[in-house]
Amino acid sequence: MMPDLASPTGLRHAGDRAAAPGAPARLAARGVRKSFGAVNVLADVELALAPGRITAVLGPNGSGKTTLNKILLGLVRPDAGRVELDGVDVTGTDAYRARLGYMPQSPRFPDNLSARDVLGLVRSLRPAAPVDLDASIEGFGLASYLDRPLGVCSGGQRQRVNAAVALLFGPDVLILDEPTAGLDPVASASLKDRIAAERRAGRAILITSHVLSELEDLTDDVVLLLDGRVHYTGTLTSLRDATGAHTLERGVAELLRRTITTGAPIGRAEGQA
Amino acid sequence: MSTLNTRFTEITAPSARLAPDATRAAEERRPSVVGAVCTAQWREIARNRWVLAYAVVLVLLTEALFRMGGSGARALTSLLNLVLLLVPLVTSVFGVVYWHASREFTELLLAQPVPRRSLWWGLYLGLLVPLAGAFAVGITLPLLWHGALDAESLPLWSLYLTVGGALTAVFGAVALWIGVRYDDRLRGLGLMLGLWFLAAVAYDGFVIWMATAFSDWPLENPMLAAMAANPIDLARTALVLRLDSAALLGYTGAVLARSLGGATGLLVTGFGLAVWIALPVWLAVRAFQRKDF
Repeated sequence: MMPDLASPTGLRHAGDRAAAPGAPARLAARGVRKSFGAVNVLADVELALAPGRITAVLGPNGSGKTTLNKILLGLVRPDAGRVELDGVDVTGTDAYRARLGYMPQSPRFPDNLSARDVLGLVRSLRPAAPVDLDASIEGFGLASYLDRPLGVCSGGQRQRVNAAVALLFGPDVLILDEPTAGLDPVASASLKDRIAAERRAGRAILITSHVLSELEDLTDDVVLLLDGRVHYTGTLTSLRDATGAHTLERGVAELLRRTITTGAPIGRAEGQA
Repeated sequence: MSTLNTRFTEITAPSARLAPDATRAAEERRPSVVGAVCTAQWREIARNRWVLAYAVVLVLLTEALFRMGGSGARALTSLLNLVLLLVPLVTSVFGVVYWHASREFTELLLAQPVPRRSLWWGLYLGLLVPLAGAFAVGITLPLLWHGALDAESLPLWSLYLTVGGALTAVFGAVALWIGVRYDDRLRGLGLMLGLWFLAAVAYDGFVIWMATAFSDWPLENPMLAAMAANPIDLARTALVLRLDSAALLGYTGAVLARSLGGATGLLVTGFGLAVWIALPVWLAVRAFQRKDF
């Protein structure tokens, strides 16, 4: 039976709070620039993740989405600019990651470790964080393969472990890179419900995905990256209004068409941090 | 429902999670990062088929030398060149390949609130301990089942374990350094194999050529410097000084034995190997801390 990721036993946090659109940014990138050799990957990128909002960072391959994710996580150092958590510059530090959860795109765990090993390891790296591992195991349906080497688990099973690691500590900020990749439709829907529940609990959530239809019912804010520059920032509603499109996918396609035609950023919608 | 051993604390508000007390407590417990990562690495690598194969090959080779050579001390003496070639080669190849294979998982660990230095030490020790353990098991089991771990062979066996562990530490650190520096797995592997070939095979040829070409000059000090510049030469010299087998010394080892004698020679080679461990460790930690993943 598929686990109900949206209502995992014991994973409600005392700090849960209602969504707060328009609230000050929890995690933000300010004027971030990055180049690898002669290649400019990000140029003066501004991004703000607000509590209780899901921000979809979209863009074609090579647009800088992964590098931006990694800069927010501290895996890549920006050439210029800074990362702020609750308005405090945390660039180059590591303690702030106690409030971040990260779900990478490819859950390549060591073949001989089990889900129990991985969760135990991550748990031991955050000794000060309160967490209920048993509830997480139940909530993500990991019990049936908890002690099986991950090398023999299916991609979907590994992806569930991946999600469990990201959400284990009830972090204030979630960075999810293609979170539904490799999941069957039922598990995908269940994870999306769980992400929506995290939004209701007040988490600031960043999602990147190529499958825009996957994000349609999750996205509050849209950031379009193209060639390392932010070409559009706004709510999903304002994107629909600006493009006349009814879906996120068509709206983004229209944005890309206009951007390529004019060669200039589309702009920033009202009410963005 | 399956349970984990940990009992969990009351869940608190997210806003309280970076309270000074909690942060301080986390800081105080940071040494556990090395232990936790090292333990996980141990679980992973100790069950790796290539590490198991490495241990089995060493068992078979030591057993073969026993059957051909006789006593424990003689078998260990015969093992010398095998150890000097095989340990650096296996550590070099496995270290680079393993670094790249676990790259994504390393990124996931880097996304946790841990200092990079601690994480690197966890990864390094987690690589070092299983490989050194496989080496120890490989040369010890035949000694045990032949009842040959006697007073005569015990000091030499201990020295073999120390030198084998040191070579694993040196080449493991170099492999991680190369792995961190070069994102291209094949390039890193090629470079590592080149370094191994240089240190294990080509170096003595170069030294002999130098000794022949400059035979009219006093070469003791340059030869000692040449020995210190190669960890495999240092390891060979340390072992041969204990074996007291001049025929196996090679040119640089013979110079060291004549210049320093046994005990001093062991101290010097031990210090040299310690420097050879410290240098790549320092380079690798530095590269790991500065790397964009």
